[in-house]
Amino acid sequence: MMTKLTRNGLGLVLGLLVAGAAVAAGADLGNTTKQATNWTAIGMFGAFVVFTLWITKWAAAKTKSAADFYTAGGGITGFQNGLAIAGDYMSAASFLGISGLVFGSGFDGLIFSIGWLVGWPIITFLMAERLRNLGKFTFADVAAYRFSQTPMRTFAATGSLVVVAFYMIAQMVGAGQLIKVLFGLEYTYAVIIVGVLMMCYVLFGGMTATTWVQIIKAVMLLSGATFMAVAVLWQFGFNPEALFAKAVEVHSKGDAIMAPGGLIKDPISAISVGMALMFGTAGLPHILMRFFTVPSAKEARKSVGWATTWIGYFYILTFIIGFGAIVMLTQHPELYYVDGDIAKGLKGGGNMAAIHLANAVGGNVFLGFISAVAFATILAVVAGLTLSGASAVSHDLYATVFKKGQADSASELRVSKITTICLGIVAVFLGIAFEKENVAYMVMLAFAIACSANFPVLFMSVLWKDCTTKGAVAGGFVGLITSVGLTVVSASVWEAVLHNPKGSALFPYSSPALFSMTAAFLTIYVVSMMDRSKQAQNEREAYIAQQVRSETGIGASGASGH
Amino acid sequence: MKDDMAVRIAANPKYEKLKSTRSRYAIIMTILMMLTYYGYIILVAFDKELLAKKLGAGMTTSLGIPLGLGVIVITIILTNIYVRRANTEFDDLTAEIVKEEAHK
Repeated sequence: MMTKLTRNGLGLVLGLLVAGAAVAAGADLGNTTKQATNWTAIGMFGAFVVFTLWITKWAAAKTKSAADFYTAGGGITGFQNGLAIAGDYMSAASFLGISGLVFGSGFDGLIFSIGWLVGWPIITFLMAERLRNLGKFTFADVAAYRFSQTPMRTFAATGSLVVVAFYMIAQMVGAGQLIKVLFGLEYTYAVIIVGVLMMCYVLFGGMTATTWVQIIKAVMLLSGATFMAVAVLWQFGFNPEALFAKAVEVHSKGDAIMAPGGLIKDPISAISVGMALMFGTAGLPHILMRFFTVPSAKEARKSVGWATTWIGYFYILTFIIGFGAIVMLTQHPELYYVDGDIAKGLKGGGNMAAIHLANAVGGNVFLGFISAVAFATILAVVAGLTLSGASAVSHDLYATVFKKGQADSASELRVSKITTICLGIVAVFLGIAFEKENVAYMVMLAFAIACSANFPVLFMSVLWKDCTTKGAVAGGFVGLITSVGLTVVSASVWEAVLHNPKGSALFPYSSPALFSMTAAFLTIYVVSMMDRSKQAQNEREAYIAQQVRSETGIGASGASGH
Repeated sequence: MKDDMAVRIAANPKYEKLKSTRSRYAIIMTILMMLTYYGYIILVAFDKELLAKKLGAGMTTSLGIPLGLGVIVITIILTNIYVRRANTEFDDLTAEIVKEEAHK
């Protein structure tokens, strides 16, 4: 029982990257047991918590209306928002997972980090300024701009909540598993600590606190990772060739770490995973909501420019960190490997490569710092997810669907706060309920749903004149159901979670995106074209006004108020 | 925004120019990005030997590494080029349209 549980924990963060690969990799990651209590790490994390709660207190004084709660009053600058977006995106999965993947198989880690990055230019070129010009609080404001509010908002809120739920479970379980290794504390404590702190940030400080927590974490993570990468390169006289040569010499796979390996099995999976990552990013509700926190389209574009720059820089760092870990950890197997034996794998599993490297380059204090950053990362991402889930419920469902747009700011704010508490409690329970489950597929599923349901609806409603309510809602639900359905019958759930025999999965590819996203776009197209109702006619006529606003920003929310 | 103003702006030749220049630019940039990324992924899927080729005799670094890091750098550069042009040229044009139409 203990070994099954711990093995799940080991496979976890890597598994967040790609379900199929994680299942294969999970078995040989070594062994994790609860480590000795690390007081330095706990102290550093405590300092982070005290500082961020102090910021929350400051933010609480500024959070008076629903607009403050959802968007920090639109007062975040492009540079700040770029850091916050980067913070949302640089989760513990990308930091520990990608560096762990590079540590384990070298080159393959690079392929994945590229996949995570390429969604950003697409958002920049096609979505960012239109989102800012049309939206107010949630992406549903944009998708439903000229359409019938009730069905569109119901769809958008469903899409948001489903994506948030899967993303959240993966983060909560990750937090619990990580804290055993990093701090030497119990799983349940970790999940409760994350739940309570996240509720405090969101409940009292709203978007202002959530944004600043994310910015602080992003700066800590970027500085910590920069220090590690420079320390590694410095050892090799800043000559990457020397680093790679040494890594090939000591790695068990030898020269194979310099070439693509088994991560990409077939071309269809490669393209499908690529699509999920590229377009899924443009459908993640907790990322999209950040475009409403800046005062103008200009600042929205600056945000993505900065976000892309920081995220790309960060992935280059994780690549160096992974290779640094290969070289430096094998020099002291007695410190970092199980029983001092390289063949038995890293203490705490392959995902601990970056954490052990922190100790190797900066000693116990820096180890504590990086551990605290890893935990703070999960906390900040979970806060952002909760806020986007709360806005979907209070702004889309309560204020628009339920109250038909007649809710006042105060009661909308009250509903968001109640929802925040409910989501926090649900997240803690789900985190505990899923402790022993294999959740490796969940982040990929969240991306698949985001690119198959949220993204096509958003894209077509903004850019295609003939799109109608019926088409968008039908296509959105088709994308949602296909992506979830195909994931269930793929190997990552059918075999790894439901324990059916190996090879029995009906869907052979690593991601449903290629099929489910195509199905969503086709459905939107066909249903909209067949829609000859009067309402559809009105919606098409309303396109010009929507387009003028999306292109010029005239009439955009908050465009003149700052 | 009143609908008649939207109609007037939609009829303004500068608006037409803004829309067509910017969408053409966005589409070209999107295609460049897709070619870069999927080009790399297709190499990974179909021609692993090429990516595994060494940069020079006696070297360890394979061609795939500078190419992969190159994709990251190109992504950053393309994004920032777009942001720069949109924030200057396109925003100036937008400001002109707004100025012309808002005070009629």
